[in-house]
Amino acid sequence: MSVTLNPHASAASIMETPMVEIERLNLWYGAKHALKDVGMSVPKHRVTAYIGPSGCGKSTLLRCLNRMNDLVDGVRIEGAIRIGGADIYDPALDVTELRKRVGMVFQKSNPFPKSIFENVAYGPRILGLQNRGDLQATVERSLRAAALWDEVSDRLHESALGLSGGQQQRLCIARAIAVEPDVLLMDEPCSALDPIATARIEELMLELKNSYTIVIVTHNMQQAARVSDYTGFMLLGELVEFGVTRQLFTNPRDKRTEDYITGRFG
Amino acid sequence: MRKLWRSGEPFIWLTGGALAAALIMVVGLLAIIAANAAGFFWPAAVVRLTLADGKVLTGPIADRERIPDTADAWREKIKVANRDLYGADFVWVDEAAVTRRERPADVAVIERSEWGLLIGRIAAVQEGGAVVARDAAAWPEIRRRLPAAAALRREIRAIEKGEIGEINFEQEKIRLRLRGLETRGVTAGADVEALRARLARLQERYRAQEARLAALRARQTATMLVVADGGKEKTLPLAQVIDVTFPNTMGLAAKAVHYVADLWHFIADDPRESNTEGGVFPAIFGTVMMVMIMSIIVTPLGVLAAFYLREYARQGTFVSVVRIAVNNLAGVPSIVFGVFGVGFFIYTVGGTIDRLFYAEALPTPTFGTGGILWASLTLALLTIPVVIVATEEGLAAIPRGMREASLALGATKLETTLRVVLPAVMPSILTGLILAMARAAGEVAPLMITGVVKLAPALPVDGFWPFVHLDRKFMHLGFHIYDVGFQSPNVDAARPMVFATTLLLLAIVVLLNVFAITTRNRLRRTYATSAV
Repeated sequence: MSVTLNPHASAASIMETPMVEIERLNLWYGAKHALKDVGMSVPKHRVTAYIGPSGCGKSTLLRCLNRMNDLVDGVRIEGAIRIGGADIYDPALDVTELRKRVGMVFQKSNPFPKSIFENVAYGPRILGLQNRGDLQATVERSLRAAALWDEVSDRLHESALGLSGGQQQRLCIARAIAVEPDVLLMDEPCSALDPIATARIEELMLELKNSYTIVIVTHNMQQAARVSDYTGFMLLGELVEFGVTRQLFTNPRDKRTEDYITGRFG
Repeated sequence: MRKLWRSGEPFIWLTGGALAAALIMVVGLLAIIAANAAGFFWPAAVVRLTLADGKVLTGPIADRERIPDTADAWREKIKVANRDLYGADFVWVDEAAVTRRERPADVAVIERSEWGLLIGRIAAVQEGGAVVARDAAAWPEIRRRLPAAAALRREIRAIEKGEIGEINFEQEKIRLRLRGLETRGVTAGADVEALRARLARLQERYRAQEARLAALRARQTATMLVVADGGKEKTLPLAQVIDVTFPNTMGLAAKAVHYVADLWHFIADDPRESNTEGGVFPAIFGTVMMVMIMSIIVTPLGVLAAFYLREYARQGTFVSVVRIAVNNLAGVPSIVFGVFGVGFFIYTVGGTIDRLFYAEALPTPTFGTGGILWASLTLALLTIPVVIVATEEGLAAIPRGMREASLALGATKLETTLRVVLPAVMPSILTGLILAMARAAGEVAPLMITGVVKLAPALPVDGFWPFVHLDRKFMHLGFHIYDVGFQSPNVDAARPMVFATTLLLLAIVVLLNVFAITTRNRLRRTYATSAV
């Protein structure tokens, strides 16, 4: 299946199975036009990165994918987003069902003030999983997948707030994947972490992409270059360029992209 | 000078000084109350003063002060007690008039169930008018007989409160049912007959208990003869004697034991002599129970209201106005709430309940008069702003990320509220509750018109169905202080009692707070909200 949605996207970049399809998406915060005619296709089991200067709308775009923008007063959205073929802004769709399929990791690690175990078990419990043995298995599997199990297996019932910043962020990843979503959204997951913790999360992303479709927003161009397969560059609410990461960084087709990645922006 | 001001040093001294002044005032207040209260139970030495005119006064020295407009003349206040013999408890004595001062070992201080203390020498023990023991032999004889006398007194009281109380309670119920039938026009028939028969059986039981009481009372024949100052004699039935001490012969250990025992009686006993003697247990019970009922009502109500204001209501002008109004409600004088409690809870709600469910008891009101439920509801109304404000502040302090994390996992708003927000806001809720309880326990004005009485015949909780009687009037420590201190016929004698009661009220408020604070701290450890 091949879909070409963006005039700037090269056909070669989208020869894969799309997981998320965005079509002519416009978003307004009150009178402010925050996303302008954004269209793209996020391939399955790949890491897709959004880069761009602050306020360009990349986080807003990310938060459209699990409809977290619904929580903002005065937001208006036009266009279509399909995940796995289903329109997520269909009025008949249950938004909580959508969010179970589209997990999210936030910029600031936000574990619940509960034990490590309870943090990871929260999602499965919401889904109705009650059996203690099943919960334990799910928690262990998620923590292992988030490469945190070896560090916390002996203190699962201690407060999650006692963990280091990097551990907390990996706990949030474990919590997000405990409900086995199709897509994992990451909103600048490493911006508050030191380089070692960042490296661990990046390693983790490369492992996780075998099972999940990952969309990451980042300020850090090196990070986008290291972890992502596809990159989109956004500017003032517009998707300027979207394509294979290596190509976008080495041979950008748009002048503005080139200016930004070479640091001559502004 | 300018340099000094710029250094900021004077301002630091100013702030520190303000804090110190506040602390000194609080500590001073506590010290005065504690000092006055603590001495109340200590058996003071009894002195016998012989005056120049030949008059003899015996009793502990209550006070000593300089005679006004003199250089160095002092007078002493002697607590001579024996109210039934002399009419007054206290006598002022000019120290210059005292010719002799001694501490006789044989002076007994007798605590009795009527007329306050009796101070004098025990001269004899009599049984049915005949002397059993005399002078030195009298006290051992009394000591031998006192436990039995006390046991007899307790038995009589148990019958009066227990069996006879139960009969009265049953009788009242049957009487009300008969009246209920009567109002519906039923004055004869099987139902009425059955009730009348039960009433007759109760009358029978009552007569039997009366006979038992009479028999027991007939056994209270022992009396003691006490000679007080001026040779006045008093024959005191042993049944009225609660405690006998000889303060001048008591060692430190004996005094300490007596002190603890008296303290216990103060906390655990019922009041006597229009509250100026005995204990304050019903007042403690009433205060604590009222605060508990208030907490049960105010917490859910305040928390739910705060949740709506902060979590669900659209933030705007209207919500801001509501918020300001709630804050201002905390500043309304408490008596205003009392008036509202009387007008709305008692007359409107209580009156309606009476008409609907207790019609047979009318015109005697059941819920249509002050009671512990209405007092608690009034205080709940008074303290609800405190709970709302504290909860709202707690809700505002919960990071948005925490809610988003839950929502992003597919939780609904309700699930997020119950599983994430509520546990995290729990410490704030408890903070609100602590403030509410502290305010409620110390409030008196609204209670005086919504159900507190000087002396309640029964506790709001007892052994009769339905065990908790929310319609009953109750006693309260705050009102007790006012009543004993300013409404009692014998203010001088009751003054130490006022301080003791005040100290107790403070202790109860502190105790309730400590309990709530430890709970909150435990929760805080579990739900510490500071991430990273």
